[in-house]
Amino acid sequence: MTEEGAFRRNFEVLGEDFYNAGRVSTEIKEILQQVGVAATTVRRVAIAAYEAEMNVVMYARRGTVCLELTPELVHLLVRDEGPGIEDIELAMQEGYSTATERMREMGFGAGMGLPNIQKNSDRLVIHSTAGVGTEVEIEVRF
Amino acid sequence: MKLEEVKRILECEVITGHDRLDTEIKMVCGCDLMSDVLAFIKADALLLTGLVNRQAIRTAGVADVPAVVFVRGKRPDEETVALAEEKGLPILVTNLLLYEACGRLYSQGVPGCEGR
Ligand SMILES: Nc1ncnc2c1ncn2[C@@H]1O[C@H](COP(=O)(O)OP(=O)(O)O)[C@@H](O)[C@H]1O
Ligand SMILES: [Mg+2]
Repeated sequence: MTEEGAFRRNFEVLGEDFYNAGRVSTEIKEILQQVGVAATTVRRVAIAAYEAEMNVVMYARRGTVCLELTPELVHLLVRDEGPGIEDIELAMQEGYSTATERMREMGFGAGMGLPNIQKNSDRLVIHSTAGVGTEVEIEVRF
Repeated sequence: MKLEEVKRILECEVITGHDRLDTEIKMVCGCDLMSDVLAFIKADALLLTGLVNRQAIRTAGVADVPAVVFVRGKRPDEETVALAEEKGLPILVTNLLLYEACGRLYSQGVPGCEGR
């Protein structure tokens, strides 16, 4: 989705970089606050972005987050190079997780990430190729 | 209830946010799993957790959580404290276990994040 005159920004996310995990979502949240997006919308985007960012950190080698703002919506495209998701329907189920002990120690890996993204967005589309990577497209309308 | 009152009831030590103890707490969420916090916590609810790391601070920031109380006497490391300071997030520590800490606040009339 590309639109003339839309605000656009790209961010990098590194796999296993737990130290910086959440930084991109925090930055996205600050940008939305600065341009005056309603607090409830900002919160939904931030939660969805954070779960998607954590998934890149936990499962992929590296990824990018592309933020696009139009007058109607916030669009996030999270792309990563990684193992991909073989069964997306299964991954979407609450409680399904392949997270390791280390990830659980970080407070993630409850299998609630993708369902959380779904809950906080108006549109969620996941494309993935096993062994190549995953593309998560998130839309939150104003 | 003011954060100051929470501090007294839970016998907390204040780690960051000494100047923000007048923050108003309307609800409480007690949880160690950050994805569950993100799923269930309401904006402006206090987070009580035994997960003492950067992700707890990030989660609070993302979900509009005004303050965090670490339970079981777990103290955050310097980097975690620095991140909370940078974000202006008050952090308190109590020696109480999660259940006891939640129970004390609940019995004082602070509700949970149940329901819509
Ligand atoms: N970007 C990704 N790359 C590879 N696998 C992923 C990715 N995102 C999610 N998954 C898979 O989907 C499962 C469910 O994800 P999620 O709902 O976020 O829960 P959790 O991260 O807590 O396991 C993960 O455990 C993982 O197996
Ligand atoms: Mg996840």
